[in-house]
Amino acid sequence: MRVLVIEDDQETASFLRRALKEQGHVAEYAADGQTGLDLARVNAYDILIVDRMLPKLDGLAVIGTLRAEEIRTPVLILSALGEVDDRVKGLRAGGDDYLTKPYAFSELLARIEALARRTSPEEGSTRFVVGDLVLDRLSHKVTRAGEAILLQPREFRLLEYLMKHAGQVVTRTMLLENVWDYHFDPQTNVIDVHVSRLRSKIDKNFATPLLHTVRGAGYSIRDSAH
Amino acid sequence: MTALTKLFRTTTFRLSLTYLALFGAAAVVAIFYIYWNTTVLLTRQLHDTIDAELTGLAEQYTGGGLNRLVRTVADRSRTPGNSLYFVADADGRRVAGNLTSISEELAKSLGPVEFEYRRPAEGGIETRLAFANVFRLPGGYRLIVGRDIEDRRELGRVIRSAMLWGLSVMALFGIGGGYLVSRNLLARIDAVTETARTIMEGDLTGRLPVTGSGDELDRLSQNLNLMLARIEQLMAGLREVSDNIAHDLKTPLNRLRNRVEAALREPYGETAYREALEHTIEEADGLIKTFNALLSIARLEAGAAGDNKERLDVAALVRDVAELYEPVAEERGIMLKAEAVDPVFTRADRQLLGQAIANLIDNAIKYGAPDRAQGVNGERPEVSVTAGAVGPMAEIVVTDRGPGVPTCERERVLGRFVRLEASRSEPGSGLGLSLVAAVARLHGGGLRLEDNHPGLKVVLSLPAEAPPLDDETAKHAAAGPELKPA
Repeated sequence: MRVLVIEDDQETASFLRRALKEQGHVAEYAADGQTGLDLARVNAYDILIVDRMLPKLDGLAVIGTLRAEEIRTPVLILSALGEVDDRVKGLRAGGDDYLTKPYAFSELLARIEALARRTSPEEGSTRFVVGDLVLDRLSHKVTRAGEAILLQPREFRLLEYLMKHAGQVVTRTMLLENVWDYHFDPQTNVIDVHVSRLRSKIDKNFATPLLHTVRGAGYSIRDSAH
Repeated sequence: MTALTKLFRTTTFRLSLTYLALFGAAAVVAIFYIYWNTTVLLTRQLHDTIDAELTGLAEQYTGGGLNRLVRTVADRSRTPGNSLYFVADADGRRVAGNLTSISEELAKSLGPVEFEYRRPAEGGIETRLAFANVFRLPGGYRLIVGRDIEDRRELGRVIRSAMLWGLSVMALFGIGGGYLVSRNLLARIDAVTETARTIMEGDLTGRLPVTGSGDELDRLSQNLNLMLARIEQLMAGLREVSDNIAHDLKTPLNRLRNRVEAALREPYGETAYREALEHTIEEADGLIKTFNALLSIARLEAGAAGDNKERLDVAALVRDVAELYEPVAEERGIMLKAEAVDPVFTRADRQLLGQAIANLIDNAIKYGAPDRAQGVNGERPEVSVTAGAVGPMAEIVVTDRGPGVPTCERERVLGRFVRLEASRSEPGSGLGLSLVAAVARLHGGGLRLEDNHPGLKVVLSLPAEAPPLDDETAKHAAAGPELKPA
């Protein structure tokens, strides 16, 4: 992926660029809002990582200008302001996701990969298939190797989100935000327990596990045979 | 600045002076007006009287000549009164009249004239003022007809002195009154200033004096005192939080530092380094969580959050959050029961209220089981969450069967970083309930802890809202009333 990091703090920016390069991405960098906006207008990036507080041009203004010019590159906003109100403002300005500093790099990586994928055609599909696991979004039915699996509504949505991002890492916070629509810290590892319940339903009686735990990051559903 | 100049500079004193000057001027004008009018009236009466006398005397003269006039004058002179008569011959000698003599000046003058004359009085002779008309008669005779106007002169004197006295007394009372009122007010203002100074110097316990008279200064002082009480409370809170931050954030920071230092000091090799770094990140994450919670509470208490309030069904949110925690409860051997069927509405920020409910359930699961998974009589310990309307409030009640919170501690556990000894074994920041309390306050509600016999009962109450109309009703209402003749 080709990523543009618009961030005024040198150290944060160079850490992000190095880490992204290690993950095989191409990372470019702008130190202020105006430069960032100019670059984003000219080059085709897969994703923009925009700090909210920027010299010359505020992060939200950069996003607003791009959106007004019909440039739809997915944007992840980074901000030290972490309240729900701030988040709402960021998303209203045209941001696609919002991450509060300080963050874990694994969280950032999972989120930009999910965002970049969002523009892919799979978004609208009605059937998700991972290995022999099939989820039908219209009939709300899940089968593995042709065998029907009964899921609670919430478990269905959890699996749906995981399968939509099949092959990618999905963090606990992403699950909490997207499956439950909660933007706060639940204090206990509630998500882990929900995932392990789901795992017992889809993986327990089968030889190859599909739902994997990614240490220090989150979860990923993938067909390990491939 | 001396005490006196300070006093003279007060608004009250200046106001008194201004009023005094205004009233004084008004009084002078009024008195002068009365005096002037009286004088005019008296003068007119005087002239009329003299004219009448003259007419009478002129008739006598035309009727009987000089002799008759002299006789009439002599007759009239004998009747007591204020009238004065004098008939003089060509040499100025008295022929008739009640004036003993006239001055040379008067003898030569003609027409209306004011003069002084002497007449006998008790214990001597007095000089009095008179007004007269002087006529020349044929043969060098002169007729003087006048009236004593000493009384009028007296009246002028009396009025002048009355004015002088009146104004002096007025000035005395005005300045004195102004002085007293200003001194009184200044004393109160000085007391307020003094208190304000001690408060500025750092003594927040100071309060403005209230006299109990209920006047505007008292009301002002009372309100300022309320403000001071709130400031004192906030400052105390701030101090407590700083102390707590010092303890609750420094301890893990120190632990983190020690661990990193230890890893650096000893040549452990890569696995050990990796382990140390992982621990470091874990510790840092914990710190970030605590820090975030603190920031959230601070923002909530400053009223800087909650712009996203909407009407929502508390019961639905309670079911939703309970569902999130249900697997965790089960894993810990606790039965989590959510009893919230009937919708109850309130205006709230979904995320904030959700977090508050989550914190309450999380607490109940963590601290609400007596001996984990054993429970009373072999039953699973139970945590129940309910939502319902109680009077004008929507109440969310979370109960557990744990050790509860002693009555004396119930107020204290709502504070920041407060953790009861019994709960120290569980991980936690001691910020959960503070956050719930802050959310409740932000939404105009409250949080109270009660006894669940045994266990803890936490009640989060929020002002209830009327439920939204369902589509059918809304459509019906929009159609308007259908009026039909009876």
